[in-house]
Amino acid sequence: MTMPYYVAPEQVMKDRAEYAQKGIARGRSLVAVTYDGGILVVAENPSRTLHKISEIYDRVAFAGVGKYNEFDQLRVAGIRHADTKGYAYSREDVDARSLANVYAQYLGQVFTHEMKPLEVEILVVELGATETENRLYHISYDGTVVDEQHRSVLGGEAEAIAGRLDQAYVEGWSIGDALSGCVGCLAGPDRSLGADDLEVAALSSGNGRRTFRRIEGEELTGLLGA
Amino acid sequence: MSIYLFPPDEDPGPSFAGLLRLVQPAAAPPVASSTELEVRHATTIVALRYGAGVVMAGDRRATEGVSIAHRRIEKVFAADRYSAVAIAGAAGPAIEMVRLFQTQLEHYEKVEGTALSLEGKANQLSQMVRGHLPMAMQGLAVVPLFAGWDVARGCGRIFTYDVTGGRYEEADFHATGSGGRDAKTTVKLGFRDGLSRDEAVELACEALFQAADEDAATGGPDPLRGIYPIVATVDVTGFSRLDEAEVAARFATVTERRAGSMRRGGALQPGDGGDLR
Repeated sequence: MTMPYYVAPEQVMKDRAEYAQKGIARGRSLVAVTYDGGILVVAENPSRTLHKISEIYDRVAFAGVGKYNEFDQLRVAGIRHADTKGYAYSREDVDARSLANVYAQYLGQVFTHEMKPLEVEILVVELGATETENRLYHISYDGTVVDEQHRSVLGGEAEAIAGRLDQAYVEGWSIGDALSGCVGCLAGPDRSLGADDLEVAALSSGNGRRTFRRIEGEELTGLLGA
Repeated sequence: MSIYLFPPDEDPGPSFAGLLRLVQPAAAPPVASSTELEVRHATTIVALRYGAGVVMAGDRRATEGVSIAHRRIEKVFAADRYSAVAIAGAAGPAIEMVRLFQTQLEHYEKVEGTALSLEGKANQLSQMVRGHLPMAMQGLAVVPLFAGWDVARGCGRIFTYDVTGGRYEEADFHATGSGGRDAKTTVKLGFRDGLSRDEAVELACEALFQAADEDAATGGPDPLRGIYPIVATVDVTGFSRLDEAEVAARFATVTERRAGSMRRGGALQPGDGGDLR
């Protein structure tokens, strides 16, 4: 009888993490920032129909980077979580924190118990009644949750982009300034990104009950040009 | 709460009702065991098409047997941005059905990334009414009226239902509930193609006025308490509910116009002290 090779748990985890990171690094990055009217999410995404940013509930949005099919099934699960919760209790009882915990549990579970970790990094944002109540939960492939303030960067080049964003970020900036700031940070010094390379959405308080709104077409080109 | 992911053969897709059956079977409406139940009933609702959209209106009364159970019940709701739903019948299950319907439309829109077509929404509601059939057999019928703006065709459309979930498209107008017959006749007499929004709103108010006049279960305008029927329009800009002041003004016009013709009963002379010989 042959014995299976012993592999140290540290090694297993390291290999899985490396595998997930590589998968995520293949995709393009995404940035979320707060601005004077809410939260803006900007992703580099050449597709008009396969979205990285989506509406979850009245004041909650989802964004994901990495493998599309994997974060998309998480997006659908998030909508299910929010809609069943809102239906069973009330619309006010749906919040980003509980959803972020569900995601974290699931991602952590898959990371430790399954052969293959999910190659995704996701962001759950919630528009608060005031700016200090805005929430940005950044969840990694291994289930780590980070409660971020004002800005968050997801994706392979997160470190470089976050460095640029720290310089560019201005508290209480307008949506136009926030957008051009984010686009500049995503592009870096050597590239430039146009409306066709971007997916942009905002949670803004002037939007009625459902605060999620995509910024596209003429509005996007207008804001980028301004 | 666990994460709602399902194997492909069990996945409910964008169906919220299907999801609810899987994860919260208790939330599905229970089947009543007795026909002796006295439950609240919602009464008259009316919908009609005009040149640039549809108007939907409903009175505010709920009855429990012969008593008035509620004076401010709402029977006209926004189903989503481009459609409205109104209810008649057993109020409890009807309002729950509207809530499920609203959630379903929004759920579909979020999961799929696009809104259902107007016809798709009408069919969804049809399935919900059909699912309610066992309760309808126990006497708790729910009969909704659905109307909306068809974004693809660029016109307003009205759908009616029966208790079995049968779905019928109306060309111009419909009314249902206990005062529905009077309301429908009123609209029929006043209807013509290409009404303006204001004319259509006034006709809907007139229809409810006449229904309240003939049907005890339908509430008329109540200036004493400041309660007026709910009137909403759906057009190319979407659903919008008229504010109470505008509805009050419409009813004032209707009442004034009818005041003359209704006092004609004065021609009958009172009897002579009850002497019937």
